[in-house]
Amino acid sequence: MDFFPHRHLLGIKGLQPPDIEYLLDKADEAVKISLQREKKTSTLRGLTQINLFFEASTRTQSSFELAGKRLGADVMNMSVANSSVKKGETLIDTAMTLNAMHPDVLVIRHSSAGAAALLAQKVSCAVINAGDGQHEHPTQALLDALTIRRAKGRLSGITVAICGDVLHSRVARSNIILLNAMGARVRVVAPPTLLPSGIADMSVEVFHDMEEGLKDADVVMMLRLQRERMSGSFVPSVREYYRFYGLDAEKLKAAKEDALVMHPGPMNRGVEIASEIADGPQSVIGQQVEMGVAVRMAVMEALLVSQNQGPRT
Amino acid sequence: MTVTVLTNLRIVDPSQDMDETGAIVIEDGRIAAIGASTAKSLPAGAEVRDMGGLLAMPGLVDTRVFIGEPGGEHRETIKSASRAAAAGGITSIVTMPDTDPVIDDIALVEFVKKTARDKSSIHVYPAAALTKGLAGEEMSEFGLLKKAGAVVLTQGRHAIPDSQVLRRAMTYAKHFGTVVALETRDPYLGVNGVMNEGLFASWLGLSGSPREAEIIPLERDLRIAGLTGANYHAAKISVPESVEAIKLARKRGVKVTSAVSINHLTLNENDIGEYRTFFKLSPPLRTEDDRVAMVEALAAGDIDIIVSSHDPQDVDTKRVPFADAADGAVGLETLFSAALRLYHGERVTLSRLVDALSTRPAAIFGLPAGSLKPGSVADIAFADLEMPWIATAEGLLSRSKNTPFENARFTGRIVETWVSGRQVYRLQG
Repeated sequence: MDFFPHRHLLGIKGLQPPDIEYLLDKADEAVKISLQREKKTSTLRGLTQINLFFEASTRTQSSFELAGKRLGADVMNMSVANSSVKKGETLIDTAMTLNAMHPDVLVIRHSSAGAAALLAQKVSCAVINAGDGQHEHPTQALLDALTIRRAKGRLSGITVAICGDVLHSRVARSNIILLNAMGARVRVVAPPTLLPSGIADMSVEVFHDMEEGLKDADVVMMLRLQRERMSGSFVPSVREYYRFYGLDAEKLKAAKEDALVMHPGPMNRGVEIASEIADGPQSVIGQQVEMGVAVRMAVMEALLVSQNQGPRT
Repeated sequence: MTVTVLTNLRIVDPSQDMDETGAIVIEDGRIAAIGASTAKSLPAGAEVRDMGGLLAMPGLVDTRVFIGEPGGEHRETIKSASRAAAAGGITSIVTMPDTDPVIDDIALVEFVKKTARDKSSIHVYPAAALTKGLAGEEMSEFGLLKKAGAVVLTQGRHAIPDSQVLRRAMTYAKHFGTVVALETRDPYLGVNGVMNEGLFASWLGLSGSPREAEIIPLERDLRIAGLTGANYHAAKISVPESVEAIKLARKRGVKVTSAVSINHLTLNENDIGEYRTFFKLSPPLRTEDDRVAMVEALAAGDIDIIVSSHDPQDVDTKRVPFADAADGAVGLETLFSAALRLYHGERVTLSRLVDALSTRPAAIFGLPAGSLKPGSVADIAFADLEMPWIATAEGLLSRSKNTPFENARFTGRIVETWVSGRQVYRLQG
């Protein structure tokens, strides 16, 4: 496969394994660019990228911004997270306004599932989903896959335990789809209140006990637990959650000795992960951030350059 | 004195167990004679028309219709709804009180009736709010509202969380013999749910509403109906467990009837696809197994009636992300054609369909409709049962276009609608 047959990246769902491999291979090459002293290329010179963030985000937005800049695009950030305008109306109205400015790619984050897909119907440029509600966060799953592939050499046959608040996590959904598509074995480990309805039919093994769920895992992927869900609504307390589901040295022992520890960030140290583990030798959390820029460069190049080399859907 | 004779009809009228080929004689807006033997002795000077074998049935009675007037006239007016209803063979509608202001006062009931009298070609019967402002706290003036013309008390889209308020309201309503019609939705369980809870919702990343959110408050309501002896109508049920709860309550002697929307009989949660907001309904569309079970319950008569649950929404409430979109779909014009899917494809008899769409709802709400017996008002819907057609948003007479049946293929269509012996709609072309 030497082209990317999609106009937008709205989710991992809809991508075929060769599409995913294509993006990961491209991203592997892009990693090198960020390691050079001269980090700017001319791949997207003259093209305009708009980051449209309806939800506050530091790392994802800056990662997309850097990716665009390193490819030579003109990048504009529209942060509407704190505006008082009602979100639904703003989405379409803002989309039409921005569309009239002829951007080449729109990167959108929104608190509602399906927002990126709705936007894609209304604009005439490429759309990248940077997280829509509890639905998908495709570039996060791609950067996670790239991190795993670079450390383990493959994705097929790797056992990945996704732990924590799966219910509210778009990262978990995108990862479940991607890892299954690439032949990995996926487990989810969480208290029953933090698992979505029908989880057992999502091609995963379900565990409620960390040590059982982590047994012989190659990768331990922790998820963030939002503060408002910690005290009584979904789990009784932080200390109870940490005792049963926080990743500490003792629980990590159940996984393989060389298991990778991952976290999409931002972390709640002492809630879902112990500091010594987050900063420990098995942690690849820093690499994830690094891979994030590379993956986003690869995605933008795929949508804006490579797609012109073949038929697309 | 005008006499009209319509011949060559297949007449289906469940109110007199009639399914036969014959004629209808209309005199002064009422049915003078009907049936196979009628055509033999035509009165002199009668205007005779050969109807070419069309189906004739009592005009449909839709008891759950949301309208934008007053307060949301950009979505639908009483006039535009009446035109849409006529095109759907519907000759009587019961309008919901969820307007702005809420229909909880006799002046507003009179406003609806007056507007309907001036602008509507069909019969419009207002429902009144069970509680003031639909807030679920204080009873509205049941007696005065009934005198003003309100035919049923309801909370419309709103729940009534306080069981004590509901008990008092039902106790008081019983005295006036007014039916209390409620949709049930637990105020806490699945409160953020925007579609049916399950695997499909989980993949879409949408919060689910479990079926128990409908069943639990329904079971409470049925207990209170039993306690008070009121006439209770489950206004929109969507899962077979609700049917079971109602059957059990009937066995206990509770006076209860039930309705299902045409959407829940013909669509399921998979129709939502990639966040199609026209399929966002309350209660949410359920699974295919649920839909099939509801069709069976309807065929068996365990569910009494079908409603369109016509709920016009504008682009400002529908062209937004799924979770932010309003619930509801328009349905007046497609009600009968969609219902025919159950006849053509799922073995519900035509007689049972007409019963559920006309005769039963008229009986439950005490409306002078649902029958073509001699002496009845000549409200008649004529349909071609085999006519193929494709519904389009542009083709809708309703002011709002949020139909879940856009580009749907139907077999069978309303061709003419008569109200009080006069043609109010005729299919063009």
